[in-house]
Amino acid sequence: MSTTTTTPRSDSRIRTFQHAWLLLALVAVVTVALVRVVTGADQLTATGTLRAMILSACPILLAALGGLWAERAGVVNIGLEGQMLLGTWGAAFLAYHAGPYAGVLGAAAMGLLGALLHAVATVTFGVDHIVSGVAVNIIGLGAIGFLAKAYFNDLEGGGPRNLSGYQTLPRVTVPGVSDGAAWLADRHVFGISDVAALVAAATTGVSLLTVLVVVLVAASAYILWRTPFGLRLRSCGEAPEAAETLGVNVIRYKYVAVLVSGALAGLGGAYLTMVSSSSFTVGQTNGTGYIGLAAMIFGNWRPGGIVTASLMFGYTDGVSLLPSGGIVVHALLLLITLVLAALALWRLRQGNLRSALTIGVIAVAVLVWYLSTDSVPRAFVGMTPYVITLFVLAVASQRLRMPAADGKPYRKGQAG
Amino acid sequence: MTAPAAAVVLTGIGKRFPGVVANHDVDVSIRPGTVHALIGENGAGKSTLMKILYGVQAPDDGTITVDGETVTFSSPTDAIARGIGMVFQHFMLADNLTVLENVVLGAEKLHGIGGGARREIRAISERFGFGLDPDVLVETLGVAARQRIEILKVLYRGARIIILDEPTAVLVPQEVDALFENLRVLVAAGNSVLFISHKLDEVLAISDDITVMRRGTTVGTADPATATRLQLAELMIGEELPSPETTESTVTDVAQLQLKGVSVFASDGREVLQGIDLTIHRGEVLGIAGVEGNGQAELVEAVMGMRTLSGGTIHLGTEDISGWSNRRVREAGVGYVPEDRHRHGLLLDAPLWENRILGHQTRKPNVRGLFVDRKGARRDTDRIVGSYDVRTPSIDTTARALSGGNQQKLIVGREMSGDPVLLIAAHPTRGVDVGAQAAIWDHVRTARHEGLAVLLISADLDELIGLSDRIEVILRGRLVGEFDPRRVTAQELGSAMTGGGEAA
Amino acid sequence: MIRRGFFSLLPAVVAVVLAMVVTGLVIALTGGSAGQFYSTILSVPIPRVSVTIVNQTAMIAISAFAAAIAFRMNLFNIGVEGQYIAGSCAGAFFAGSGLVAGPAVIPATLVVAVVAGAAWASIGGFLLVGRGVSEVISAIMLNYVALTMAGYLVNRYGVASGYTFTTNPLELNQQPVGFQVVDGPYQVWALAIIAVLVAIGYWVLINHTRFGFDLRASGASSTAAAASGVDAKKMTLIAMALSGGVAGLVWMPAFFGSVHKFGIPENFQSGLGFTGLAVALLGRNRSIGILVGSLLFAFLSAQSNDLQSVGVAPEIISITQGVVVLAVVVAYEIVRRLQIRREQESVARELASARPTAEEASR
Repeated sequence: MSTTTTTPRSDSRIRTFQHAWLLLALVAVVTVALVRVVTGADQLTATGTLRAMILSACPILLAALGGLWAERAGVVNIGLEGQMLLGTWGAAFLAYHAGPYAGVLGAAAMGLLGALLHAVATVTFGVDHIVSGVAVNIIGLGAIGFLAKAYFNDLEGGGPRNLSGYQTLPRVTVPGVSDGAAWLADRHVFGISDVAALVAAATTGVSLLTVLVVVLVAASAYILWRTPFGLRLRSCGEAPEAAETLGVNVIRYKYVAVLVSGALAGLGGAYLTMVSSSSFTVGQTNGTGYIGLAAMIFGNWRPGGIVTASLMFGYTDGVSLLPSGGIVVHALLLLITLVLAALALWRLRQGNLRSALTIGVIAVAVLVWYLSTDSVPRAFVGMTPYVITLFVLAVASQRLRMPAADGKPYRKGQAG
Repeated sequence: MTAPAAAVVLTGIGKRFPGVVANHDVDVSIRPGTVHALIGENGAGKSTLMKILYGVQAPDDGTITVDGETVTFSSPTDAIARGIGMVFQHFMLADNLTVLENVVLGAEKLHGIGGGARREIRAISERFGFGLDPDVLVETLGVAARQRIEILKVLYRGARIIILDEPTAVLVPQEVDALFENLRVLVAAGNSVLFISHKLDEVLAISDDITVMRRGTTVGTADPATATRLQLAELMIGEELPSPETTESTVTDVAQLQLKGVSVFASDGREVLQGIDLTIHRGEVLGIAGVEGNGQAELVEAVMGMRTLSGGTIHLGTEDISGWSNRRVREAGVGYVPEDRHRHGLLLDAPLWENRILGHQTRKPNVRGLFVDRKGARRDTDRIVGSYDVRTPSIDTTARALSGGNQQKLIVGREMSGDPVLLIAAHPTRGVDVGAQAAIWDHVRTARHEGLAVLLISADLDELIGLSDRIEVILRGRLVGEFDPRRVTAQELGSAMTGGGEAA
Repeated sequence: MIRRGFFSLLPAVVAVVLAMVVTGLVIALTGGSAGQFYSTILSVPIPRVSVTIVNQTAMIAISAFAAAIAFRMNLFNIGVEGQYIAGSCAGAFFAGSGLVAGPAVIPATLVVAVVAGAAWASIGGFLLVGRGVSEVISAIMLNYVALTMAGYLVNRYGVASGYTFTTNPLELNQQPVGFQVVDGPYQVWALAIIAVLVAIGYWVLINHTRFGFDLRASGASSTAAAASGVDAKKMTLIAMALSGGVAGLVWMPAFFGSVHKFGIPENFQSGLGFTGLAVALLGRNRSIGILVGSLLFAFLSAQSNDLQSVGVAPEIISITQGVVVLAVVVAYEIVRRLQIRREQESVARELASARPTAEEASR
């Protein structure tokens, strides 16, 4: 329809925006490399560590993306956990009987089913979104426990609460890039090797489902922010009454958003049963849906933000499973100290003395912790995403921008 | 009177809600290329009628004819397709989206959501002098600009019939003039405007035809060229204008409330009250006149202990109450009739007797020590229902079920309980029927006679002039003039409220 | 009055029946026998199971009252789960520490559990009041942190017991004797009585005190409450702390009644927080409603254990419970709308003698 999509003004705005991001990425790489050299913890950015990060980040990212869809349309979906659980079962069931690709579809379908329940309750009947989400989670866990016993108990490789022996998705390696990056990563060159390790991790033996995750993130960002459909969907989360007066069928958009949300969460379940591991167990998500929700909030309801948050949470989650986890997280303490110190200085420059002081004290405490120990207990590693999210909420809740009508009940015909 | 080529004809429209008839036998005919005013009191059924015309609600009876064709609207989309656009009183905008996104929403097919739409918005904005940049976030814009976005939204969809619901309620006079200028250009371009208002001066200034509504139906039409304010007002009210006039003065020389140099900052750092000095004596009603949003709400909240003072002192009798909590202020004998009774005055889903306790939950007869005294509260609710004529089946009825007038009578009765020394009444008769209005005025007068000091905030100048012993005008957080209600006219007050000749 | 009672009971009954039907359908659709499900669930419980039901009822009820206190103020305390983990962990460590000898340890431990639960809940309260962080979001985070922290503390400072770690077990003279209601070695836990006390306390506090009125007013309309002199921030903090304090007690009956030590996951019963939340919704935050709802949920859970023998996973009962919650909320909303309509009509009749008004229509 139109060839130019931006005016000179917003064009330049976008460019400075991108420059800021590039600069930020550069600073991040240098800081991380610095911490690696100072601490001597080379595992901090080893290819294996970063591969673990990607494996852990993807299901979180899928859940977060699901949350993004629902909340952008104004429906809070804390049922993500339950929808994800349903997805794990759907993936295992269909993968076992009809192959890995059917498994992926099965996971999405089961997630969608859980989301349908949530949509009917919240959108059609106006049930409080949290109440419905809690119910969906209860039902989801109950349902897969029941279904696993009903359908997996008598299978070969199955049991009342688990299933294995199904095919998983193929993995791809980008020839050339993979080896080159791996070689470079082993040289331990300041900064460059750290980035190379990331490239190596992202190009070696990557599951097709991981590729799909990348595609889904890009597609979601495009659909939600660059299409009329996305504009309408977001308007339902910002001002549903206004959307209604302009002829937008708010109910329908909310349904679509919640269903997509559930399907994405379901795919997250598939990731857990088919990529992160190769077997199904009841309760496999272990809170990933909630971490996804946290990542979405931490990412400020924006695609770029939730990717960053998911990678961060994926990192801590991933390293906690590695043998070197304690040491890596110990090194992370130094990184956290640096970040906090920077934050405290920034607050000081803003003239917010109290906040600067509070953050400064925390920074010192973390530094003391770093200096006085050699390793961090594994339990602490696991709860890092939650603590970080709490901290971010406490410090920056005013800067977070959730959709204006998020979680509010909507009834047709109330406009004006 | 009805021209054959009428843009819109509404015939015999009726709409019922559980327990109420919102509209019945409504007939309106709008000529193309004119501004048609629809006037009526609050609650006369204007808003319901507009929702019907815009397809938000479906009528139970009657027909709608647009350009000679009978139509039925099942949603706003149908109305939009017929060239009808509506600007709601409460703006329908998403703060977190840009002007462009707000405008193209729902009409993406017309010019896309990118460059084409941006060009079209710029073109319309220029043609009608709206001065809107499509790429700014709506949250950064002021009220007048938001209203222009609403009108632009309607024009963008090619509407030729534009409904404006109380468009001037939130505007300062200069903005009203600018709006009228915009409307004249619109009408000159062949569009029709349906202008809903209860501000008679504005109606007479802008409209070509006038239809009057009362109690859910149309009761007559008038020609703005010949009609007077008084005639319109009597058509609207249907009887002689009730006069709120007080008789002899009961003012004493005992100061009951005294504000000295009171200043208040808003959360965004703006100074919303600057150096307010005022005194109310026992037996005196002090009226505060002003365009809404000039600091009236903050003044009330400052006295009620709901806002922190940045400067100055407040004395109740001889006691310094600056910095007291709301509860302590109330316990000291201050009654409070809030501006928005649904948000601040009532627990809508609680029974009346629990609403009797609200705001008085530390005092007899509602409580005994730390416990709620159900019997006492219920007995006293019965008393209020009786002596304030609250029409209700029982005191166990929820407040929500009552009509606005009866809700307000309950609140007034409650706030007059326990021998208050000061009553703060913000728009005490807003949105209540004429009968309740007269009753509330009577109660204020009686209490004043018994020595009550009253701070009266109202947008209804007749109410202010009729009830007050003295009127102060508030403008941009400052008291800018004192008037004697026996001598002042509404015109003089209006001029002072808008800063006289001074530029805003 | 009879109609009113009818209206408040009917939705709950409909919801429970509906949930049972849905569960039966799910079982039938997956090739199981719905008939066996019903006959197992609805059979008369054997004495051992009856005692379990009573004990579980007590814990679920305490949890539900904790949630209800917050609900009454429109706060959604899904953090009950984390708060009772905090209370249980702190209480068990204290009891096992030997600081207080003999039976006196019981009241002292209860105090510790209340304080720990209240403190944990207050984190969410402060984040909400001070920083505007939704209590639901912070609770999700805090629940996980509580679970992980408790696990860590027990592993670090507890004693080895087989393959796992626990806190020091209670001395024999610190274990109260339960109520012998059936023959055999099964007793109703002594501290199940807490549930009754909490129920009475809740009823008096919410319905008959000034504080309760302020709390309910804040929940019904925060703006009207503020205008009536309620300090919203203070109320929020108190309500969260109170809710958390009660939550801290949830597991105490089991601790003193049979477990006597704390360790995750073997020597602890998790999930009661969410069950309590569901029961609070089912019981409409009313004392009697909550007690009946707790009994129902405890009954369903206890009876579902026998489903193993007919080849159905006991988890199926979660579906029943989840559907009950959804259905009851929907049903109450429908009834609420009906009641408003009925009241408006009755008010309109009252006014019919006077003139008609279009007031409500435009409001």
